[in-house]
Amino acid sequence: MSKALQVTVFYLPIFAALALWELAARAGLLDPTLFPSLSDVLTAFVRLTEHGHLLQNAGVSLFRQVSGFLLAAVLGILAGVAMAESRVTRQILEPLLRATFPLPKSALIPLFILWLGIGDSAKVAAIFLGCLLPIVITTFNAARGVNRQLVWSAWSLGTPTWAIPWKVVLPAALPEVMSGLRTALALSFTLLVSAEFLIGQRGLGYLIGTLGEDGDYAGMFAAVLAITAIGFAADRLFLLANNRVLAWRA
Amino acid sequence: MALIDVKDVSKRYALDNQRELTAIDKVRLSIGEGEFVSIIGPSGCGKSTLLHMIGGFVPCSAGEIHVRGEAVRAPGPDRGIVFQHFALFPWKTVLGNVEYGLAERGIGKEERRRTAQSYIDMVKLSGFEHTYPSRLSGGMQQRVAIARMLACEPSILLMDEPFGALDAQTRKIMQEELLELWQRFRKTVVFVTHDVREAVFLSQRVVVMSARPGRIKTVVETGLGPNASRAAIDAKADELWDMLRDEVVRSIAAEGARL
Repeated sequence: MSKALQVTVFYLPIFAALALWELAARAGLLDPTLFPSLSDVLTAFVRLTEHGHLLQNAGVSLFRQVSGFLLAAVLGILAGVAMAESRVTRQILEPLLRATFPLPKSALIPLFILWLGIGDSAKVAAIFLGCLLPIVITTFNAARGVNRQLVWSAWSLGTPTWAIPWKVVLPAALPEVMSGLRTALALSFTLLVSAEFLIGQRGLGYLIGTLGEDGDYAGMFAAVLAITAIGFAADRLFLLANNRVLAWRA
Repeated sequence: MALIDVKDVSKRYALDNQRELTAIDKVRLSIGEGEFVSIIGPSGCGKSTLLHMIGGFVPCSAGEIHVRGEAVRAPGPDRGIVFQHFALFPWKTVLGNVEYGLAERGIGKEERRRTAQSYIDMVKLSGFEHTYPSRLSGGMQQRVAIARMLACEPSILLMDEPFGALDAQTRKIMQEELLELWQRFRKTVVFVTHDVREAVFLSQRVVVMSARPGRIKTVVETGLGPNASRAAIDAKADELWDMLRDEVVRSIAAEGARL
C-alpha cells in the first residue's frame, strides 16, 4: 500500500465523522444556531482568512506558544539534569516542585495578568510555567535513572566530571525527556487558549471568545478548527523531530 | 614492584543508622604487570566491588589501592573497564563508541577514525561501523565495548563478568579471542567471573573469595597456558570448585536467612 493511501485509511474515521456532521446538519437534526454545518464553518473559515483576522491572530498565538514552550524546554531540561546531578540543586528545587505540582497552572493566569498586564508577557509566562513542571519532573526522573555504568565508562574513557551531564546524562535520558516535552506541548495549547480567553485583544483564544459573544458560531467553530489544526501540526512536527533525534533506538 | 597493590582494603555500607554491612574485609592482593588474574567467588562476595574500587569508581572504606605506587582516587584512562551489560553509549554508532575515548583525548578526526577502525577490525566488527548498539547481538555489543576500551590503550583492563550475559557458545568464542588479544598485547587483566572454568582457562592466577564479608580465601596459580588440554583445564577447575563450593553453599544459606 502506498504511503498516501495508508495515511488516508488511517484518518478515514475523521473524514467519516465530518461527513456525518454535514449530513446531520443538512437533515435538520442539529440546531443551526448552536451547531452550524461543516460547510457553514468552512465558509466562515474562508471569510475570516480573507479578512486576515484568522492569520493575524494565529500568528500572535503561535508566537506566544512557541516562546513559552521553548523557554520552558530549555530551562526545564537544564533544571532537571542539574537536580539529578547536584544534591544542592535537588534540595532547593524538589520541595518547590512537590508543592507546586498539584496546583492547576491555569489558576495562576489571573495573577500573571495582574502582574504582567494583558499583553503577550502574561500569556507567555502562563505557558512557560505550566510547561516547566512536567519537563523538569520527567527530565529529573529520567536523568536520575541513567545507568551509572554509562557514567563510569565515560569517566574511564577520559570525560571530566563537569562534562558528564552534557555528554552522558542528557543523551541517555533523551527518550523520556522527549516524551515529557510532548506532554508539555499539548499542555501549552491548553494554557494558551485559556489565557487568551480570559483577557486581551488578540490571539485565537480571544477570537473564539469574541466571535462566540457576537453570535457568529460558524466563525467561532472556524477559529476552533484553526487552533486544532495548529496543535495537530505541532504534534506531528514534534514526532518527526523525535524520530530523527532518537533514530538510535531499536 | 607490583603494578596493582590492594592494601588491606575494606568496604562497608550503612544499612541504616545503626547497622553496617561489611561487603569486603581487609583484602590484600598484588597483581604484577602483564598478569591475567581472575577473581571468583559466590554472588554478593564483593568481587565486583573490589574491581570497581581498583577502577576508582567506588571509594574504599579502609585501606588503599595503589597503581604504580600511586593511590587510586578516581577513574583514569590507564584503567579501562568493560561491564557485564556492556554499557555502550546507545546514541552513538559502533564507530562513535570506539572513537569516544580518542576524542576525549583530543585526537584529531582522521587519526581517530583510523585508530578506531583498526580496533573495530580487531574485534571482527568490520562492516558494522555505522550500526547502533541496539541493533547488535550481545556478543557483538561486548566486542564494541572491548574495542572502545582498547582504543584508549589502557595498561590495565578491568573486566566485570564481561561474558556473563552471553550465551554459552558466544562466551566460548569470546574467551578464546580475549586470550589471543592478551597474548598479543600482554596487558594486565583483572577479570571477575563466577564461572570457574572460564577463570582457569583464561588466567594465570585465580583469586578465590569467601562468602560475605568478602575475604580472600586462597590464591591458586593456574597458568595452564593457551595449549592446555581440556582434561587439564577440567582437573584444575574441579580443584577450584572444591574450594569454592563451601562458600557458595554458605552464601546461599545466608541469602535464605535474610528472607
